[in-house]
Amino acid sequence: MTPPAPTAVPAPPPGPATVPRSRGSKVAPVRPLVVALVGNPNTGKSTLFNALCGARARTGNFPGVTVEKKVGRLKLPLDGVAADRAAEVIDLPGTYSLSPRSADEMVSVDVLLGDAGGGALRTPRPDAVVCVVDASNLHRNLYLVSQVLELGLPVVIALNMGDVARLRGTTIDVPALSQKLGVPVIPTEAHRRRGLNELRAAIVAAAAGPAPQPVRSLPDAVSEEADVLDGWLAEHGCPDVPAYLRERMLLDVGGQVVERYRGRCTGDLPAHLGGVRARLAEAGCRVPAVEAAGRYGWAREMLNGTVETAVEPAATASDKIDRFLTHRVWGLLTFAVLMFLVFQAIFSWAGPFMDAIGEGQGWLTGLVQDAMPPGAFRSLIIDGVIAGVGGVLIFLPQIVILFLAIAVLEDCGYMARAAFLMDRLMSRLGLSGKSFVPLMSSFACAVPGVMATRVIENRRDRMVTILVAPLMSCSARLPVYLLLIGAFVPATAYLGGLVELQGLVLFGITSLGALVAIPVAWLLRKTWFKGETPPFVMELPPYRWPSLRNVALRVYDRGKAFVTRAGTLIFAATVLVWAAGYFPGDHTELHAVQAQIESESAEAEPDETVLEALELRRRRLSSDLIEASVLGRTGHAIEPVVKPLGWDWRIGVGALASFPAREVIIATLGTIYSLGGDVDETDDGLRDALRRSEWPDGDPVYTLPVALSVMVFFALCAQCAATLMVIKRETNSWRWPLFTFVYMTALAYIGALLTYQIGSRLF
Amino acid sequence: MNDQLAPGKRPDDGSPPTELTLAALPAGRPARILDVLGEDALAARLMEMGLIPGETVVFHRAAPLGDPLEFSVCGYRISLRKSEAARVTVAPD
Repeated sequence: MTPPAPTAVPAPPPGPATVPRSRGSKVAPVRPLVVALVGNPNTGKSTLFNALCGARARTGNFPGVTVEKKVGRLKLPLDGVAADRAAEVIDLPGTYSLSPRSADEMVSVDVLLGDAGGGALRTPRPDAVVCVVDASNLHRNLYLVSQVLELGLPVVIALNMGDVARLRGTTIDVPALSQKLGVPVIPTEAHRRRGLNELRAAIVAAAAGPAPQPVRSLPDAVSEEADVLDGWLAEHGCPDVPAYLRERMLLDVGGQVVERYRGRCTGDLPAHLGGVRARLAEAGCRVPAVEAAGRYGWAREMLNGTVETAVEPAATASDKIDRFLTHRVWGLLTFAVLMFLVFQAIFSWAGPFMDAIGEGQGWLTGLVQDAMPPGAFRSLIIDGVIAGVGGVLIFLPQIVILFLAIAVLEDCGYMARAAFLMDRLMSRLGLSGKSFVPLMSSFACAVPGVMATRVIENRRDRMVTILVAPLMSCSARLPVYLLLIGAFVPATAYLGGLVELQGLVLFGITSLGALVAIPVAWLLRKTWFKGETPPFVMELPPYRWPSLRNVALRVYDRGKAFVTRAGTLIFAATVLVWAAGYFPGDHTELHAVQAQIESESAEAEPDETVLEALELRRRRLSSDLIEASVLGRTGHAIEPVVKPLGWDWRIGVGALASFPAREVIIATLGTIYSLGGDVDETDDGLRDALRRSEWPDGDPVYTLPVALSVMVFFALCAQCAATLMVIKRETNSWRWPLFTFVYMTALAYIGALLTYQIGSRLF
Repeated sequence: MNDQLAPGKRPDDGSPPTELTLAALPAGRPARILDVLGEDALAARLMEMGLIPGETVVFHRAAPLGDPLEFSVCGYRISLRKSEAARVTVAPD
């Protein structure tokens, strides 16, 4: 039996200890060792990664897919063994098998095969693979191990969670298991940081040595057919397909490997494979049952004599907790209370932190004002840079709080139960239970909500959830609603003050997005994300105490990812809109007035009447300047478009200027109505100004239908650069933020149009 | 084992009423898996999660809204929707 040795695989690099180091002269840089980390979900793989690499991991995306790439540096040196060579650890997504059914699942296989896999990643083939297995559930974990052992790479098994296994009465003869598997097995307890040095040493030693003999857990008929397939593929323009991929072609009906090669090959690959599978079935090897039977049979053989499992107790602690937490009444009640707490935390506990960020922004603005004379540069610093940075940082408290909650719930095992409880409800929308928490979080803010969709492994479910998340009414919409409701909805009360009209309107407008999301999700499922309902085959891991370190690292990771990846783009959008509102225009007079105001207020006894007159002139000037700016001209130009909504050019400008963040419309309206930009939704001046605002013919601009039309527009539009940038980051493509913006703007326009046209006929 | 329990060749011991699908299994009673129906990705996924002929499976409870269902197999807990559980035929012990 020959081990699969694809020709395109580069020869293993020289061992780390053989690299000479010469002082003073230049040595060609040595490529760091590459170590891939694989394992089932819930095996403590991320904890192990964090323990091995610390917080300095770099996260990014694999090109073309939505899979997060996490690379860390293995902490070395290790007693001088590998002092000359660094080692990189790639954390691959948790998976039960290496049988790729989607482009996302293909990533792990591509990383493990390196350049030989014919994928687009072009990463070097790893020097070693660490397979993390759960000692308390070895039987199922060995399925993945049997696949990893076929890849022809040096493998180290990290036997994690031995403490849980011991508690369950399982005893493992580690040397015997290692002997049987033919690879080193290192017991680790990642959360207690035990066994890490041994694991590091084993990784370095394995990477320097040869790959073990590949394991053959499948019947010979399968490997023989895979060898024959090599010839067929070579004849049809696809030479050198690695043996593992050929095997996957045979075993995965409609799998991703066939998908990759069907176009590259000159023959009809799917038809050919159909014939091969029929032959295999005749030989008693039916696909896909043959693989499961073979691998589980092999796993049983490995465990036989090496692992003793006590008879499982009738009810484990987890089971008792579950009896309560998935109970018809108590379970749902606990879930509701937990979700309410999370929601409350993002919605209001983040408030003080967000206020502090706002105050910091004001303090910085004050500093700049004192240090610089009024001018274009100062305006850029204050209204562009400081406002832009503030616009990014303002989201951090919500992101941190949500991910704190999610990391705790996930680490202790509750998240899977939440999905279990909510699946029925969400499946009516064509989604799964895993979409519930991200969507609910989006009611506070879509930015952490979209980031939270990472728990959904199915790509279609995840995409639909991301695309409807911005429809949920977030906290940034609230100021707009409060201003307009306060100004235009009469404070009528019904049922003796029990029900108020203003509250009713607020409730209605807040629910609107979620209601619209139902048909939108349905439509997306029927169009772009067609296909069978993805399976909801989900492990319910045993409950355990969350690891503080894990939780802290998760939160840090998300926060950093947001600030560095989305932050720069949000910042750019803010500066762009600032520029559109500033140029062109001669600001000399405004700056002169501004300087006068500042010197007057700096006097010991400022003359109030002079100051007031100057302030009035300043507001007039900035109002005129914004009208003459690119933004103002665009507002005038699009007036015919927004007129059917009942809007004048001012509201049009407000909607345009609030692209980076929807609450900006209040400050913009403040500027346009010559009140200065520092108004908020409770400002009586702005309310009065809105009420007094007239069309050239003297009719009032704002009526109840217009106010409703503006609210409906803001309920449905995508006026939030942060959300769009996070969608870009999470989907790894510009296509989806663009799509979100277009569909939501269209919905918002149609919604506002209907509201105004119907409303103005009724009232 | 594979040959005896290949899909479509169910052992006919003359007592068909004992054969159920996982979706209809009474709670708490262990059952032996006979077969996983179909050859698609779902069947492959169920099998790689350990739902293979010969394994013992126990149904524990349904979610409060009736679906999905919780089982133990291979020493761990798994949740399946009813429609997925119906793919697995079992014989109660």
